[in-house]
Amino acid sequence: MRRDIFQAIADPTRRAIITLIALQAMTPNAIADNFHITRQAVSKHLRILTECELVKQEYKGREIYYQLEIDKMKEIDKWIEQFRKIWETRFNQLDKVLSTLKKQKK
Amino acid sequence: MTNSLLFDFTVDKAKKTVYITREFDADLSLVWDAFTKADLLDQWLPPKPFTAKTKYQDFKVGGKRFYAMVSPEGQERWIIQEYTSITPKTNFKMYNAFADKDENPEPTGSEWDHTFSEQDGKTKVSIAIYNESLARMEKMIEMGFTEGFKASMNNLENLLATLSGK
Repeated sequence: MRRDIFQAIADPTRRAIITLIALQAMTPNAIADNFHITRQAVSKHLRILTECELVKQEYKGREIYYQLEIDKMKEIDKWIEQFRKIWETRFNQLDKVLSTLKKQKK
Repeated sequence: MTNSLLFDFTVDKAKKTVYITREFDADLSLVWDAFTKADLLDQWLPPKPFTAKTKYQDFKVGGKRFYAMVSPEGQERWIIQEYTSITPKTNFKMYNAFADKDENPEPTGSEWDHTFSEQDGKTKVSIAIYNESLARMEKMIEMGFTEGFKASMNNLENLLATLSGK
């Protein structure tokens, strides 16, 4: 199942997991050690993050390491940048409207 | 056109809120009108070549504005806004939701909070947009951005046409 990337960052625990594995790839056990929640709950969050393609699994011997997909995180920044541009365009249009109104008043 | 006007844009993902601050080279009453009167909003809110048309507006607490963003192909995207709080020339809040042409709003929307202040003949507007879902915010952008992008492309085309004609 392909999920929405915003679902990944909507949860505070998942945001904490992202921050944690941004530093280095970690095993589910190592990740769980950082939280006061059950191993199962951590697995659930990791599954969602994997489905959002924000993290990927890497096998090293018998251990699975979770690693952050940096490019995917950039998608969010790109999206925010687009939103910023819309407002920039709008406000430039508003500048023109205001300057017309000012002239009319004089 | 002066470009030294303040423009600040931040997104707090945890709070699902976008904060926008912009300064305008005009006095407070003019800027207030531009944000609260439908005929003026229709002039600047839709990124060109999109236009906006307001079916009705009742600017009072509990009142609504029902309007559409219209694409160059004539496709309409209806939006309904309900004013939840108004302090004249200082602040107003509204609830914004996409709707169908019969004024039926979609279940999730966004809360908008506008604050106005004037200093040295310039007016600062701070907007906070809280979204119930970030996915919805994404949709807002998908719509807006395509429009904005097309607009800048068109402007560029016009400019190039003018330049090459001379």
